[in-house]
Amino acid sequence: MTIYLPIAELPVNVFTLLAMGVAVGFISGMFGVGGGFLMTPLLIFLGVSPAVAVASVSTHMAASSFSGALTYWRRGQVDLQLGAVLLAGGLAGTLAGVITFKILRSFGQLDLVIAVAYIVLLGTIGSLMVVEGLGAVIRRRRGVKAPVARPGAHPLFLRLPFKMRFRQSHIYVSVIPVVTISFAIGFLGALMGIGGGFILVPALIYLLRVPTVTSVGTSLLLTLFTMFAAIIMHAVLNQTVDAVLGLVLMIGGTVGAQFGARAGQTLKAENLRLLLGLLVLAVGLRVAWDQIARPADLYSVIIDERTP
Amino acid sequence: MSAARRARARWDALRLLLLAAALAAFPGVARADGLVLSLSKARVTITSSFAGENIVLFGVIEPGAGAAATGASPGASPAPDVVVTVRGPNQSFLARRKERRLGLWINVDSRSFLAAPSYLAVLSNRDPALMSDADTLRQEQAGFANNRLLQRIGSDYADVVAQDPFRQAFLRVKQAQGLYVEDHTGVEFIAPHIFRAVFPIPGRAPIGTYDVVVKVFADRTLTQQAALRLDVAKVDFEQAVAGAAQDHPWLYGFICAFGAIAVGFCANIVFRRD
Repeated sequence: MTIYLPIAELPVNVFTLLAMGVAVGFISGMFGVGGGFLMTPLLIFLGVSPAVAVASVSTHMAASSFSGALTYWRRGQVDLQLGAVLLAGGLAGTLAGVITFKILRSFGQLDLVIAVAYIVLLGTIGSLMVVEGLGAVIRRRRGVKAPVARPGAHPLFLRLPFKMRFRQSHIYVSVIPVVTISFAIGFLGALMGIGGGFILVPALIYLLRVPTVTSVGTSLLLTLFTMFAAIIMHAVLNQTVDAVLGLVLMIGGTVGAQFGARAGQTLKAENLRLLLGLLVLAVGLRVAWDQIARPADLYSVIIDERTP
Repeated sequence: MSAARRARARWDALRLLLLAAALAAFPGVARADGLVLSLSKARVTITSSFAGENIVLFGVIEPGAGAAATGASPGASPAPDVVVTVRGPNQSFLARRKERRLGLWINVDSRSFLAAPSYLAVLSNRDPALMSDADTLRQEQAGFANNRLLQRIGSDYADVVAQDPFRQAFLRVKQAQGLYVEDHTGVEFIAPHIFRAVFPIPGRAPIGTYDVVVKVFADRTLTQQAALRLDVAKVDFEQAVAGAAQDHPWLYGFICAFGAIAVGFCANIVFRRD
């Protein structure tokens, strides 16, 4: 059964879209990530233009992050205070990212910069997570207890001035690293068209020592706010939000996210981190392969938006 | 022999008259010096189930009309050749070429195609190259390879030779997308002077007004031509959504954003376990 997408201006199979929504929703519910870094390339593969894909995926991400955040909220696993500080840094970073995006586009090598950024970022984070996750899994197999973080053994950057107590997360750290992390994620998000959840979650866990579940819950809250802003921004500036496409993805995505969240709750934390690490690494390798392998056609044609 | 021929001509003329009368009753009919055209639809409406559509073009060449214009003797009038060209609304495109640099395939060169048709179908009853000399065909833009594709090269605007790699790549990519179509047997004569051509409007065809141009060649010269318009438009729900996104972007944005939250909320309630 095909359905015509009014803004993307092409017909697609409803069941393909629903299946994509469920699959990506499952992953996003399981790991507390937006899933934009998976969904956007899938839609572009279906023939949706990148601008419409990025804008419409944000509606899907808003729906699934709200659904997920509610579940974590009821369990008291969302740190509102931490979320507010992260949001402030994130919005500033997004603005800087949008400006950089425009500058890079005028040089004509935006695609390359984005691809290299993807490879470096996903490769690094993915490798680190896989190594750490494997270490944790092996330690448990051997029956060795995980080294307990000693109080007062914080790294230097957490002991900078402007300390703040985040009760829900059980941390007492400087605001500077928190704002820096969220600024960097907002910047990369705007530049690469991703929500940044898959960077934020490990950053909260490893850098700020926030408990895993609270990291996921807070990341979902942040994704919700940034995606809400993104929908309005794309709708007003570019008119590229396809409500029909968004709705089908949302329905699949929210259902998938529920099952994903349940699967995530039953998994051991270190297995969860290992799986997310593998996923991030796989996407990074995939992007790297696209850049290294000889393309089927050396020529590509895009609609030129600059000239009327 | 001559009597049979006269009877057949009379029958042809009668049929022609009937068809012309039938065609005139419908919209999407064009009539120009001895050439009557009609589309099966003057407007392709895009609804939520739209997945592409075939449009049929009927044409009647009034015998003798064109031949008289060119001064050829009616008795020796050869079988006419027909080229149907359908052009979608113009768009600008950027064609890029990749090359390997430092192990990565990166875009090294690009060319702008200005005001190129977003959709192009060229149908004919045989290879257009056989219908007339190259200059005439090029001038009339008859034949797939003879359509002008204006490029910006530095500060110049020009079409280039057919062998230009960017031009070939552009045509190849558009054909692969199903938006450029070439068919040497797409025009079918159902009677000596009545032809039929079917062209596909694919699901991802751009919205707008399409120009349908028919050129008739006889004895290696252009004898008749006529043009028609075909509208491809969204209707009903699709039009309402696209119109709202265009005319009330703030309202549309907030509806999408709150709609997303409502769907998320519903899903959470439906799947709530505790």
